[in-house]
Amino acid sequence: MKAKGETVFESVLVANRGEIARRVIRTVQRMGVKAIAVHSDVDAELPFVQEADDAVLLGAAAPSESYLDIAKVIEAAKQSGAQAIHPGYGFLSENADFARAVRDAGLVWIGPSPEAIVAMGDKVAARNLVGDAGVPIAPGTREPVTDVETAVLAAKEVGYPLMVKAAGGGGGIGMSIAHDEDQLRTAFATAQNSAQRFFANPAILLERYVASARHVEVQILGLADGRVIALGERDCSVQRRHQKVAEETPCPVLTPQLRARMCEAAVRAGESVDYRGAGTVEFLLDPASLDSGGEFYFLEMNARLQVEHPITELVTGVDLVEEQLLAAAGEPSMLDPSSVSATGHAIELRVYAEDPKRFFPSPGPITTWVEPSGEGVRVDAGYREGNRVTQFYDPLMAKLCVYGEDRAAALARAREAVAAFQVEGLKSNLPFFAELLDDPAFVSGRYDTGLVERMRSRG
Amino acid sequence: MAEEVRAELVANVWKIVVTEGQQVEDGDTLVILESMKMEIPMVAESSGSVSVKVAEGDVVQEGDLIAVIE
Repeated sequence: MKAKGETVFESVLVANRGEIARRVIRTVQRMGVKAIAVHSDVDAELPFVQEADDAVLLGAAAPSESYLDIAKVIEAAKQSGAQAIHPGYGFLSENADFARAVRDAGLVWIGPSPEAIVAMGDKVAARNLVGDAGVPIAPGTREPVTDVETAVLAAKEVGYPLMVKAAGGGGGIGMSIAHDEDQLRTAFATAQNSAQRFFANPAILLERYVASARHVEVQILGLADGRVIALGERDCSVQRRHQKVAEETPCPVLTPQLRARMCEAAVRAGESVDYRGAGTVEFLLDPASLDSGGEFYFLEMNARLQVEHPITELVTGVDLVEEQLLAAAGEPSMLDPSSVSATGHAIELRVYAEDPKRFFPSPGPITTWVEPSGEGVRVDAGYREGNRVTQFYDPLMAKLCVYGEDRAAALARAREAVAAFQVEGLKSNLPFFAELLDDPAFVSGRYDTGLVERMRSRG
Repeated sequence: MAEEVRAELVANVWKIVVTEGQQVEDGDTLVILESMKMEIPMVAESSGSVSVKVAEGDVVQEGDLIAVIE
């Protein structure tokens, strides 16, 4: 154990960009550790580069030339004298080859073991693994499917409707629903094309589709002493194109009993791979089953820090990035697992550079950027006034997070914060959030992943 | 009358789907753009012979000419 005043590392390189790089840098610096940024040429003026203690240019804007180039990131770490690497989310965060390369270079990898990443990265293997560990899974294929005729045969066994998705993927990319064989053939081709392109792995997973489900996930933390604990759930059912746009905790429809069962299942999933650090276990919850106690199914495990982690931090008071650093350094946790509890309610709104009606990308310059502030408001932003949001990366500009003593207070605070947030020069989805926060279904708390589509079909 | 297909936003040209001079129908995908990790198919709104004005890997600005159908 380190003496008081000593730091876990001298320096940490953050292998990411935008809001998450800035958020990680903030905690790293608060812990008295030097933060090193890496960046592409077009990102040089962004806050995360400016605020870091040191910054290394990786290369051109295309991710393959910069944030996804393992050799360049390792070289930047050596050149800057970094002791450890934090990967953020996306990019190389769930790349086992990168985790191994970091360790092989004599650096500390701030994340789960490469073995855990591999086990959870393959959606089919992960389903089988956690299913065998007693975690509920939906009916689906036990083997990855690589050709459409096998998929058609398997579908007869699993049953329609089906979710067709990339076995090696995530983030909703290439995912679609099939209600019959014709739709399956189309969905399979689409999924395989995306799977090959984005994840270099054409294998497909077929899983029974739970209609009108809620997406509820549990934050887990694997401590240095080997224990895996759960830090409560997040409801992520507000989605467009199978991607999250708003999250809240606690989930408005969970009973304490159901929460306990989901947390226990998530811990079991983490234990099945000796999970270390921050991770998330995603479940689908069938709202139709709530009256009889609640049925949920394992969806996938994200072996990294999650985009929406701040809402868990707001209700628990835990700094998840600090816990990641401690776990990676083999240091004891700051928290007492027996007394972590959540109070109040938190909501995250993902402020995207996209039009608020069709959710179509809208890269461009930010001519005005005024963030809301005040009690219970946290903004994790990747940009500031004068920056340009480019087409090379995802559209997330900032996460607007609010805290209230209960859900009604959080909703009221969110409405005020959305109204106070000024972004000009490009289109943002802030007007969509103003609509969402007044939508009767959202306000009631009784909504599912079809919410946004229903809002839009009403025009 | 010629139809000009123009970019609606800043994007990278990911894939040219048609070949020069190919006969296309209303609704056919000509070119796939990519912006912010989203694929954006550029679709013909008329039928005719297509001429593509961009190359894979190009960056296009809003309003840039992508293809002409005659």
